Amino acid sequence: MSTEALRPSSYLGEGAGPAAWLLTTDHKRVAWLYLVSLTAFFFLGGAFAVLMRVELATPAGDLVSDDTYNRLFSLHGIIMVWFFLVPSIPATLGNFLLPLMIGARDLAFPRLNLASWYVFILGSAFALASVLAGGVDTGWTFYTPLSTLYANGFVSMAALGVFIVGFSTIMTGINFIVTIHTLRAPGLTWFRLPIFVWTMYATALVMVLATPVLAASLILIVLERLFGIGIFNPALGGDPLLFQHLFWFYSHPAVYIMILPGMGVVSEVLPCFSRRPLFGYKAVALSSMAIAVFGFLVWGHHMFVSGQSAYAGVLFSFLSFCVAIPSAIKVFNWSLTLRKGEITFETPMLYALFFLALFTFGGLAGLFLAALAIDVHVHDTYFVVAHFHYIMVGGMVTAYMAGLHFWWPKLTGRMYSETWGRIAATVTFLGFNLTFFPQFVLGFLGMPRRYHTYPPEFQFWHILSSAGAVVLAVGYLMPLLYLGWSLFRGARAPANPWRATGLEWQTASPPPPHNFETMPVVTRPAYAYDMKGLKHERFSPHREEAAQ
Amino acid sequence: MSFGIPFAPPEASSIAGSVDTLFYALLAFTAALGTFLTILVVFYAIKYRAGSGAERTGERARSLPLEVTWTAASLLIAFVIFGWGAVLFLRREHPPMDALEIAGLGKQWMWEFRHSGGQREINELHVPVGKTVIVSLASQDVIHSFFVPAFRVKQDAVPGRTTHVWFIADEPGQYHLFCAQYCGTQHSEMGGWVTAMRPEDYAAWLGNQGKGDTLAAGGEKLFRALGCSGCHEKSSKVRAPDLAGIFGRPVALDNQQTVIADERYLRDSILDPKKEIAAGYDPVMPSFDGLLDEGEMQMLLAYLKSLSPQAPTKNEATQ
Repeated sequence: MSTEALRPSSYLGEGAGPAAWLLTTDHKRVAWLYLVSLTAFFFLGGAFAVLMRVELATPAGDLVSDDTYNRLFSLHGIIMVWFFLVPSIPATLGNFLLPLMIGARDLAFPRLNLASWYVFILGSAFALASVLAGGVDTGWTFYTPLSTLYANGFVSMAALGVFIVGFSTIMTGINFIVTIHTLRAPGLTWFRLPIFVWTMYATALVMVLATPVLAASLILIVLERLFGIGIFNPALGGDPLLFQHLFWFYSHPAVYIMILPGMGVVSEVLPCFSRRPLFGYKAVALSSMAIAVFGFLVWGHHMFVSGQSAYAGVLFSFLSFCVAIPSAIKVFNWSLTLRKGEITFETPMLYALFFLALFTFGGLAGLFLAALAIDVHVHDTYFVVAHFHYIMVGGMVTAYMAGLHFWWPKLTGRMYSETWGRIAATVTFLGFNLTFFPQFVLGFLGMPRRYHTYPPEFQFWHILSSAGAVVLAVGYLMPLLYLGWSLFRGARAPANPWRATGLEWQTASPPPPHNFETMPVVTRPAYAYDMKGLKHERFSPHREEAAQ
Repeated sequence: MSFGIPFAPPEASSIAGSVDTLFYALLAFTAALGTFLTILVVFYAIKYRAGSGAERTGERARSLPLEVTWTAASLLIAFVIFGWGAVLFLRREHPPMDALEIAGLGKQWMWEFRHSGGQREINELHVPVGKTVIVSLASQDVIHSFFVPAFRVKQDAVPGRTTHVWFIADEPGQYHLFCAQYCGTQHSEMGGWVTAMRPEDYAAWLGNQGKGDTLAAGGEKLFRALGCSGCHEKSSKVRAPDLAGIFGRPVALDNQQTVIADERYLRDSILDPKKEIAAGYDPVMPSFDGLLDEGEMQMLLAYLKSLSPQAPTKNEATQ
């Protein structure tokens, strides 16, 4: 394939100086700006986690002081949630792929897209300033009155950082919604959209509707902290539970911001490497929307023992079981997609299968937490920590890695080492389970979360978890190395190394600045892997060329 | 317990067994479903690996009957688990009668408990087995959470309100007491032990704890020292509601509404008296906000409750 000939006309070849990148409005380059910034935050947040796990290898607080430990988990949470997970897939892969997948030249608002990155960087500056100044000690949840009256960290600065970054999220959300509504290629009807686009749409809706509530709550915190206006402080006539209601009204939907895009990625990867259409396409598409809607109605399940009315608790528990159904449907559909396939196990597929396992386990653990009487016992313990890490890390980060490896040839025009990719995926999977499975046992035993020290009888499980964290860190560092190497030295990738059906694969790798030489017209449903003759006629070159 | 490695917390309260039954039932169900899905995916991955000779013709990638079946089955199972969990949970609202009440106060970073006889302990809680114990929880500063894993109970202590948690310890022993809600620097040190004792041992322990005022008697002293008695006693010249028997009784308000005089109402009436004014009285009472701490508030409430001896101990934990 004439990859060398394609090179000069690719989006990567259009100007190389800092200005060409920092002032670009090309969605593919903005995606790279995000990718680089988010990678930095991922490893910063990860470093905090490793320090925590090392501290927790012994029951006593012997590595860092209690105040330092509290800042470590607070910053780990704040950075991972708002500066990595929320933007992770949407701002990188979503930004890069959404126009390509729907046959558009760019997002609807290219300048807004670039502006969103600058707003993200401004918010990051506040967050990093609060880290350098000494950190925050409120937990990522900023519960009042601890955050407003008692915390001695740099709460206002970090809260402002999160507040500002929220606007970048909203900008991305608006951009995606408008793009999906208005810029689809001729023939690309809603039910021909790849599931990745559906999940971007659902995610964008949640971003636009939920983030303003977070902004409002954070501003109220800053008002109370700086000006003594009584909103959450009972001594001033406020109500501390009001903050929890407001916070979770954002933060529970935000959980779905942090998993829906991952569901989108695996819905692309599993059919491709099974050579089968996605099983139950419509159910998967609509269940994404159902998750986005029901996700707004379950916030009170974070507050079963907070002093909220018990009958409100019963209602929130009921709705939480309802929101589990669309996720269950997806798991069944993904599993059935493999049936009658021609399955191969390249790196993206390994990550996607590991996602399937970890997301299923995390989701099943969620049933325990939604069941009221059990939640009373395991609430605020390591059981909760394990549950949401299975979803956020085992699910979302694994899907992110699947997507990064799947579309890496498209992003860079290069292949990476398949061997190292498979090793890294496996190490990550093993390290992840070793880190977080013991935490389920710890939580059932009653080990509360956010503890700097703990009773000695819990140590066995903590040691397993800490050992796992080291393995996990290795699993995440490996792609940094071989993908970094691939960026400069990797073999040239053909346009469609995986013989995938999406529109993004029907243009060069890397794509030209305006994505398509001729505008595509869509005549087929998504994932038409079973159409006669399709495999061999339309989608050369074969992947054997790529594997070299 | 094998090789000294713990796998499950002790079951030491009347509800622990039934909570664990649900837990293990759910564990069995999720393990079965998880195993089934794992085997299914691994089976497909092997059978339909590229180049295998498996038969692949015939089926389209959807099946409406199958999809309807698993959706309906998921819903049904979810509702069963929901109902089971909710029924067990709602017991929190209905503690058995004839309970022993203990005042629990969370503050950075300790738990302070006061028994009705006035005995006070820090980061320790002694309770008799076989008797319902209601801990009424308040917080001096931030949100804390009273958590005894062996009893399977947890309840936040929220500043500005009273919450309740009840349990019946059924096995003498020492059990961990934790603060489960992150509360600042020494969050992980905020805890200690709950000691469940045979009733006779508990009585002996109470007797050894030095004589002080009972909670209610301490509250009565405050009632005089703070000047409440100046208006609220029958002999007073100022017209103020008579508080005898007030606790648990309906109170008519000047806005035509009626509220039950529970702990929430009494607390608010002391700290913010203009909020709900009893019908027929002038809003002349000053606020006592800032004049008494949470511990004193608990004593005052104990005294007001003692004025209505036959009122049921209503658990308004989550109101």
